[in-house]
Amino acid sequence: MITKKELRRIAKLARLSITKDEEERFTKELSSILNYVEKLKEADVSGVEPTSHPFGVENVMRSDKNKKFAKSKKLLELAPETKDGYLKVKSIFEIN
Amino acid sequence: MELTNLTIAQIHQGLIKKDFSASELCKTFLDKIKEKNKEIFAFLQVCEDLALSKAKEIDDMILAGYEIPLLAGVPSAIKDNILVENIPCTAGSKILEDYIAPYDARVVKKLKDQGVVILGKTNLDEFAMGSSTENSAFGPTRNPLDLTRVPGGSSGGSAAAVAARLSVFTLGSDTGGSIRQPSSFCGVVGLKPTYGAVSRYGLIAFASSLDQIGPIAKTVEDCQIVFNAIKGKDEMDSTSVEVSKIENYRSKRRASSSPPLRRSVIENLCIGVPKEYFVKGINPEVERVIKLAIKKYEEMGAYIKEISLPHTEYALPCYAVISCPEASANLARYDAIKYGEIKNKKLKIKSLFDYYLIARGEGFGAEVRRRIMLGTYALSAGYYEAYYLRAQKIRTLIKNDFERAFKEVDLIFAPVSPFLPFKIGERINDPLSMYLSDIYTVSVNLVGFPALSLPIGKAAPLQNGGDGLPVGLQIIGKPFEEDKILEIGKLYASN
Repeated sequence: MITKKELRRIAKLARLSITKDEEERFTKELSSILNYVEKLKEADVSGVEPTSHPFGVENVMRSDKNKKFAKSKKLLELAPETKDGYLKVKSIFEIN
Repeated sequence: MELTNLTIAQIHQGLIKKDFSASELCKTFLDKIKEKNKEIFAFLQVCEDLALSKAKEIDDMILAGYEIPLLAGVPSAIKDNILVENIPCTAGSKILEDYIAPYDARVVKKLKDQGVVILGKTNLDEFAMGSSTENSAFGPTRNPLDLTRVPGGSSGGSAAAVAARLSVFTLGSDTGGSIRQPSSFCGVVGLKPTYGAVSRYGLIAFASSLDQIGPIAKTVEDCQIVFNAIKGKDEMDSTSVEVSKIENYRSKRRASSSPPLRRSVIENLCIGVPKEYFVKGINPEVERVIKLAIKKYEEMGAYIKEISLPHTEYALPCYAVISCPEASANLARYDAIKYGEIKNKKLKIKSLFDYYLIARGEGFGAEVRRRIMLGTYALSAGYYEAYYLRAQKIRTLIKNDFERAFKEVDLIFAPVSPFLPFKIGERINDPLSMYLSDIYTVSVNLVGFPALSLPIGKAAPLQNGGDGLPVGLQIIGKPFEEDKILEIGKLYASN
């Protein structure tokens, strides 16, 4: 179970705005899903190693050389705001 | 001769014998899409110019007397979470509504190199999250076999396009069953390859340790042809596997058993049927049709053995707790700064933080936000060990189950889904009941093994009339043994 306060905290961490109605609904739905995954607590995992990749592939190395991406102009064209070939963002620090 | 019913091999023959041209074939499909897409909504985007120019290119090659590859001139469609250069790629999401793919996914490049004609992009659940294609921000796809029902998901558009003969084959992606379940619901063949067999470069990531691209087609042969065309290591995907490794694996197998699988081979084949997959919750008609198919293989000479996968009950919660955190990390990149934008221009947004909140809040649909939040929660301080790490350990237990089972058997047979195709709207308001649709498919993604969804028949007709709904058999194999799965799948149709 999670509370509405916890839901608001998670939404903020995940950078998602949610409306009041959604807050109600998501709290209920996430609680029921979390309740369902409680099942995992029943399994005995003592001494079991975690699996993060199906076949345990190790790091793959390549030579440390930079390569220019030929289509960088295309990438910039996708951005809503650019300036001098850079992406433009809103101010990061609050201005009082 | 109905052109839209032809297989890849038949098209190839028709083209080289000049029974029809690639342009004629392409136009036939484009016309059919125009006629049918309104009711089925399998396509989000039709790229007529791209398709016709590729078809023309192939016709010119044939006229000039060149030999053409087997897939040349074959019309196809690509799930809209796989990039096709200069064509919109939305992932079924508002947040990518105006995104134009800046490059080709590796699989698309490989298909283009073979001369494949790309007709368009197919509908999906937003970011491939869902089991019915109802989560698409642009509207649901309908099952061509019964328009009141879902085609399954998330590759519902890809499966419906093949079933309605709007494309010869399509590509889908499968994270927890998203190729196999819609293939089962639409009565077509779908292959989820071994994790790493196909490059994910240019696939919009959902859960990176589970995602895999694969083909959907009318026949097993066609699936095999497409799989062979798209597989292989790619330097742009460090989890893709050396082709030579796959070949070594195969040649070892060849040395120990006889080469191409023929009828005689089935007599040495041991098929495992997990008892945990036939318990409460399975539709009795699905169970009946699956058991008939297993019996048919037994009559062909296979040895059927009941096996146990004791951690099956943990698979679905384990999948949820692994896929959602991976999704929350992967989807953090959607910030409407690199691409996308806030549509509501009237809002006064001062800080970057508020910009993120609004862009992501209005851009993502309910299911995507649910999964991002669940993932964020499971990864947050104090919860990581209880959820994510524990699920990864259970993933090991599930993997051990499969490895143990495959010491005794060559293949595992199971249902694809416990359900028949359900009505549009039936499960969409209850996330958990939707997730249950994938209860037999998620384990295979967790362990990374390959699996085929093979149409094996229909359930009894419903009381309100109409045809019976299709049922798919899931054939699971050892890593990189796609060929064995496919050869055994072919035997069903020919016996």
